[in-house]
Amino acid sequence: MRTLSPLLLCLVLAAPVARGDDSTLTAGTFDPPRAAPDFTLRGSDGTDLSLARYRGKVVVLFFGYTHCPAVCPTTLATLARAHKTLGDAAKDLQVVYVTVDPEHDDVARLREYLANVNPTFRGATGTPEQLEAVRRDYGVSSSKLEAGLFNHSSSTYLIDRTGLLRALMPYGQPPEAYVHDVRILLGAGSTS
Amino acid sequence: MRRVASRIVLALLGVVACAFTAWAALTPIPSGPRDQLFEIPKGTWARRMSGDLVPILPDRIHLTLGLCDVLVLRNLDDIPQIFGPTLMMPGQSFRLPFAVASDYTFDCTAHPSGQMTIVVEPFPDTPWARLVWRTRQLARPTPG
Repeated sequence: MRTLSPLLLCLVLAAPVARGDDSTLTAGTFDPPRAAPDFTLRGSDGTDLSLARYRGKVVVLFFGYTHCPAVCPTTLATLARAHKTLGDAAKDLQVVYVTVDPEHDDVARLREYLANVNPTFRGATGTPEQLEAVRRDYGVSSSKLEAGLFNHSSSTYLIDRTGLLRALMPYGQPPEAYVHDVRILLGAGSTS
Repeated sequence: MRRVASRIVLALLGVVACAFTAWAALTPIPSGPRDQLFEIPKGTWARRMSGDLVPILPDRIHLTLGLCDVLVLRNLDDIPQIFGPTLMMPGQSFRLPFAVASDYTFDCTAHPSGQMTIVVEPFPDTPWARLVWRTRQLARPTPG
């Protein structure tokens, strides 16, 4: 990956793949896990969106913007396939997509965008200050480029039913990796 | 007489070199712990704030698939540290397995440059690859 843009660098963060027994998460794991920083933003369903609202579900948290040409469409499509593969278990999975581009991604735009991916996915937007605070809490980077593009962190965060930030899935993982890890988190609650 | 002695020494060196090469190329590499641990020491942030730019983590970390392919970072500092997209709290560890050989560049606040590169090499499954791998291991500093 030699000397490429951060966006392209993100493309090769697709390394970790499931190995070991089924109780081992594919994603990078935190030890000890900490409580996922909560926030209150404007949800794409028109209501306030906070993580506490989804307590009891596994939350896959992802940061991006709807005009993203590569990382976001790929990741959201992957998550949509994983959601489909999970079948009935997907009712306990919530994908939350937080925009890094509040100037363009308002509630209506997020709703329209995600409706084409998976209608159960929720977008979140807010003021630039609110969104910056959320990114800071998660260590997410985002910088505006020319032509309305952004460099942004491409990993997704896996939050268990109890609200613990358990793992970070690097960009590029296949749907099977998400299915594997979400099933573990759905079954195990807050334990590895 | 001196000339003969020199030839004997050279011959012995040649035999040793050949033996090492044969061993390095043909002997399977034993498997061991696959975790490669790196710790961000206590006081990293304070050192950087005081202008001490001495690198604490290596700029480049080498991993090998099938042998040592799990990166483990531990933040022993008193403040959160960012590794790539990961914010690690004080005392927290992050364990990341790799399964694709490539070079990975991450932002990292523990580095004066703000970046670190993880080089994940393929499993050395041929005699030549084993020889190269062992030679590189001799040249690399032990992580710690």
